[in-house]
Amino acid sequence: MFIADYSAKNIYDEMFSNEGFPRKSYDFVKSKMESLGGIELLKRSSSAERALMSLGITFTLYGDGGEQERIMPFDVIPRIVPSEEWISIEKGLKQRILALNLFLNDIYGEQKILKDKIIPWDIIESSTGYLKQCIGLKPPKDIWIHITGTDLVRDGAGAFHVLEDNLRCPSGVSYVLENREVMKRTFPELFEKLNIRQVYDYPYHLRSMLENLTDVQDPVIAVWTPGVYNSAYYEHSFLAQKMGVYLVEGSDLVVENHKVYMKTTKGLRKVDVVYRRIDDTFMDPSSFREDSLLGVKGIFEAYKRGNVALANAPGTGVADDKVIYSYVPKIIKYYLGEEPIIPNVPTYLCSEESDLKFVLENIHNLVVKAANGAGGYGMIIGPKSSKQEQEDFKELIKADPRNYIAQPVLNLSTVPTLISDKIESRHVDLRPFILYGKDIYVMPGGLTRVALRKGSLVVNSSQGGGSKDTWVLG
Amino acid sequence: MLSRVAESVFWMNRYIERAENYSRFIDVNHQLSLDLNEEVPNQWLPLVHTTGDYELFAKKYSEPSPVNVIRFMTFDEENPNSIFQCLSKARENARTIRENISTSMWEVLNEFYLYVKDYRKLYMETNGEHGDTLSMGLSDFLSTVRKSCQSFYGCSDATISHDEVWNFSLLGRFLERADKTTRILDMKYFILLPSVHDVGSTLDLLQWLSLLKSASAHEMYNRKYKKIDPTDIAEFLILNDTFPRSIIFCIQEMQEALEKISGLKEGLPRNSAQDATTVYLNKLRSENIKSIFDKGLHEYLDDIQIELNQIGSKIVERFFTN
Repeated sequence: MFIADYSAKNIYDEMFSNEGFPRKSYDFVKSKMESLGGIELLKRSSSAERALMSLGITFTLYGDGGEQERIMPFDVIPRIVPSEEWISIEKGLKQRILALNLFLNDIYGEQKILKDKIIPWDIIESSTGYLKQCIGLKPPKDIWIHITGTDLVRDGAGAFHVLEDNLRCPSGVSYVLENREVMKRTFPELFEKLNIRQVYDYPYHLRSMLENLTDVQDPVIAVWTPGVYNSAYYEHSFLAQKMGVYLVEGSDLVVENHKVYMKTTKGLRKVDVVYRRIDDTFMDPSSFREDSLLGVKGIFEAYKRGNVALANAPGTGVADDKVIYSYVPKIIKYYLGEEPIIPNVPTYLCSEESDLKFVLENIHNLVVKAANGAGGYGMIIGPKSSKQEQEDFKELIKADPRNYIAQPVLNLSTVPTLISDKIESRHVDLRPFILYGKDIYVMPGGLTRVALRKGSLVVNSSQGGGSKDTWVLG
Repeated sequence: MLSRVAESVFWMNRYIERAENYSRFIDVNHQLSLDLNEEVPNQWLPLVHTTGDYELFAKKYSEPSPVNVIRFMTFDEENPNSIFQCLSKARENARTIRENISTSMWEVLNEFYLYVKDYRKLYMETNGEHGDTLSMGLSDFLSTVRKSCQSFYGCSDATISHDEVWNFSLLGRFLERADKTTRILDMKYFILLPSVHDVGSTLDLLQWLSLLKSASAHEMYNRKYKKIDPTDIAEFLILNDTFPRSIIFCIQEMQEALEKISGLKEGLPRNSAQDATTVYLNKLRSENIKSIFDKGLHEYLDDIQIELNQIGSKIVERFFTN
């Protein structure tokens, strides 16, 4: 094994240029890894794994050998974003969140953008994330999107693009924080030498952002989880613990006189702010899905009356609909009068006749995704699919064109990754986390997800992806 | 604190305490069996009676051999009280209340669980069906279980605030411990001597001694009493108010935890869980060992268990359901 044998041709590699030279930001890391040698690197990698196991950052696999607990795959070779690139990413993300928030305020309010015909009304109306119950709603301080996880990818030339916005319950931030702790233990010498921007204060930013949502002094704050069987439960409890707030399930809450209370050993206690990690329509069976067993009756009414604050606000889902996504550059221009700093990935809308024709004819070259899909479900990667799969998917698209978008297959950038005892190139994306409170805070770095299967472009953890620590230098 | 969380904290501690007691039961019995010759009646069945799981055991296993009893109490997935199941449930409870405990507490418990799980796997693969059960470092395993429970207690003592979470921990721990002490004492009822002439014999004393060891009470007992005597042992384990595994000590601790939880200082009215504990504690304080033996030790221990169950239900009613 070693890094000298590594090659990444015809692709943008984060560590090496096409000529095979290490990029400046990676200089120190590369020489340090060389001096450590392969055996030491493997040793450190397995001790990092052990640490994650002790911390119980695991998920459960069910297979022939009974249950097996595994850690979330974690790769010890960091992904580095140079500071000059980060500055523009940060600006671009702030711009995007600001515009999307104005957009939500508008479409649930005056609907100027529709009247000005920038976006067709039927696109909004047909979005499953658009909640009529939210029309006319004024969330505290006019902020709808408090927590965002935006997925970024590099194209073949190395330019960052926004792949999608996650505005409902974006997850993964706990892995960023835990990965960092483990990396500090694994490579203390790198942290001593390099000026890596820290991320540990994210929970404090999150807490003060949540406090900003209410005028109550010393507010009672709770993180609302669907429960211990939810795949992101670990993160919910992690955030509650780090913020020092309550972690509640639907059954812990009750609404009386349009106020939200939690059931405590000393009776009912009023809750002022809820960071909900449960989907919009499951929150309240009396306003949305009647069959929700996770929800709390009356919480939406309490919210409308201003008796409790919710983050993110219900109704935000419309802004991360993948069809609306294609309009975000126009949205930025409309509300801010600026050009988007980070471009979108070119997107075809199957609801448009000419695009639809193109998608059906070129499906073998495209990635097609459901407008409201997530976690790598409801999608097809043209070049990696069989003829039959393509034909089947075309039928799905024809039956419901509004629900599908298509994008060219991006040659995502790669980072050297430890695969058993070799270093190989693997594709990555990047999910920075953005908080919108008094100001907009962008966590420096974010979650780098790695597609661990050779050649795979799918990085979702539900599809066997892993993660890496992300370093913003300087 | 949330009622749901209080309940999980309570159970997390009960399960840890239960695992600790089981490991001691098995180990002491194992040591005892090494001291006895083959003519002595089966030492292992009484253990199953003591834990109250005889029916389940009889359904699954044909005979109370050492292999079967150890497997049942230690690793059996279908025995809700086996050490493995206790640990799994303690950890599951901890997972649902992680935001209320410290990371180091969680790490101790998580590593403990992983250890038991790995050992169990090894045991089941190499020794589960037959063979020499008592090999495979069983004593080491049981000793590690006890030490891990102790470090869990130590860690919670030193790393979380002694507030409501803590007091519900104590409540669970001492309620479970009181129950287990009654069962340890009652073990003698189930261990039959070969004949009545053996009362007071070496074998009889050896059994009483192992019972003291099961309660980790051997040394502390020796400091107070000069010889092994059934009445003294019962007195020590029921009425000694300074020994941390005696019944009266456990009830005292529960009463204190309940007073703090109920928040008398905050002017809240007394509740039935608190009242029941205080009434019972006063009753215990007025007992003496002679009257207990007059009534019959086994019957008396039964009464304690009923009393503990009633206090337990009042705690559930008052704090966990609303």
